Amino acid sequence: MLFDLLLPVLFALVAAFLPLMFVPLLVWGERKAAAFIQDRTGPNRAEVLGIRLGGLVHPFADVVKLLGKEDWTPERVNRFYYNLGPFLALFISMLPFAIVPLADSLSVGGRIIEMRAVTLNVGILFVLAITSFHVYAIVLGGWGANNTYTLIGGMRSAAQMVSYELAMGLSLIGVLMISQTLDLGAIVRQQGGLLFGFLPRWNVFLQPLGFLLFLIALFAETNRNPFDLPEGESEIIGFHVEYSSMRFAFYFMGEYIAMVAGSAVIATLYFGGWQVPWLGTETLRANALLAARVLLVLIAVFGVLAAVLFRSYGRRLRILYRDRRSREAKVLGAASIFVAVLALLALAFLSGIRPLGAQILVAAVQFLFLVAKILAFGFLFIWVRWTLPRFRYDQVMGLGWKSLVPLGLLNIAVTGLVLLGID
Amino acid sequence: MPGIRTVGRPMNIKEKWYLFEIAKGMMVSIRHLVSNIFHQDRMPTLQYPEEKRVLPERFRGRHRLTKREDGTPKCVACYCCQTACPADCISIEAGERPDAGEKVAVRFDINILRCVFCGLCVEACPVDAIRMDTGKYELSSDSRKKLIYDIDTLLND
Repeated sequence: MLFDLLLPVLFALVAAFLPLMFVPLLVWGERKAAAFIQDRTGPNRAEVLGIRLGGLVHPFADVVKLLGKEDWTPERVNRFYYNLGPFLALFISMLPFAIVPLADSLSVGGRIIEMRAVTLNVGILFVLAITSFHVYAIVLGGWGANNTYTLIGGMRSAAQMVSYELAMGLSLIGVLMISQTLDLGAIVRQQGGLLFGFLPRWNVFLQPLGFLLFLIALFAETNRNPFDLPEGESEIIGFHVEYSSMRFAFYFMGEYIAMVAGSAVIATLYFGGWQVPWLGTETLRANALLAARVLLVLIAVFGVLAAVLFRSYGRRLRILYRDRRSREAKVLGAASIFVAVLALLALAFLSGIRPLGAQILVAAVQFLFLVAKILAFGFLFIWVRWTLPRFRYDQVMGLGWKSLVPLGLLNIAVTGLVLLGID
Repeated sequence: MPGIRTVGRPMNIKEKWYLFEIAKGMMVSIRHLVSNIFHQDRMPTLQYPEEKRVLPERFRGRHRLTKREDGTPKCVACYCCQTACPADCISIEAGERPDAGEKVAVRFDINILRCVFCGLCVEACPVDAIRMDTGKYELSSDSRKKLIYDIDTLLND
């Protein structure tokens, strides 16, 4: 009874905090990847007791800075809309995570536990509905700030997001035609197994054009470069000009969470969600002991590798810095050795896994694969941003209406013909 | 659109598709990313306060006043440097040297806040009394007063 009550709360917390945890990681990845692409070193100065983690401390320092900044509200704003905007931006971008299945369902004591916060059989419609709500956050921010420039920025992004929603919806229909369901859990489960005997049966191989269209529409929906007209940091004044301190941070985090949620959705729809390539849930559960051993060996190997890398890193650090920062490599190296030893000890004492343990282990592995896919897409977002220039407004509209929408229709027609031919 | 003329090379069919060109561009940026991850020592960035650039031989840094062999300042208070200074940052007050009956600077102030580091004072000096070869370029301070260098500071640089 208590279990029944606690479980949804637990999953809701996971759905809320998982995307939040991705944010500092992606902010760090963005700054560091941008730096490396442009032949710079990127952030590496913030430290906690000499531990810098290659600049990973910076996002946290940023949060402290933003919390300490003056929260200034301009006069004559529409207070209700002005306050609602950032809140909506953060809240709405987190919502799609509620329905993304994090792993295959567990069966404990005769009950089946779905590994997601909300089990909806109209999953995809929910995603589309929620992402279109994101427009409101931007328009309300632009309108509520009572500034002509923010209004123009808000209107521009509203037009962009509304037009790309159509392309997004059309590109999804191909997946729906193949899977014959709107339930994300069922769609992921269908993506197990093999295609032509060697490829994982992921929708991306069945719907390459649809995937491409969806990806482009997703870039536009999340307002990322090359479609980041709403922000236009360098030349166009965007909708969040009048926001300061944590309110601005809410928009900022909203953008990154939308990116994470978009990555999760695209991984779920086209890249098999939690599916481990070539290994189905049943195979994994049957060989749970072997899987656990392989996992532990991998952890040990990575720990030793990391220790070796930290050693050479430490040599460079000691030449460069003569203060507590040079200790960093030693601490991290010791930590990775410790993890490797722990993994080896566990390997030595591991003799068997009970069925429940096997299920949990498999769920954890599947969850890790989902996270890896999300991070891969997060990196794609970053990579594209630091490669491409921004589209002009008429180019954005032209691409959306003249290319993506007709191609989406073509995709539907071709998918339909192929499905008919198979029948 | 009327009145707007497109300049430059029109895109061919492959380029109009964007995707191939995007893929090409992305390969360029990933190449930089990967090579910079594996060869961080080749990166041109200097970790500034710890690492410093090797200065060229004729680098113009903070001024110094040179001394004769007996340790007295070479400066004869001729005002040549003060006259040559385009930023008007040198102010000299002349006095008489008690032993040799020669002019000497009693006060020699350089307001480093105004200095533009042009080096004209060094060129103007007839007795090689002022030089900019200290190689010091970290001149920040917490008060403006400390940035007006007097004769003792300059002699000891």
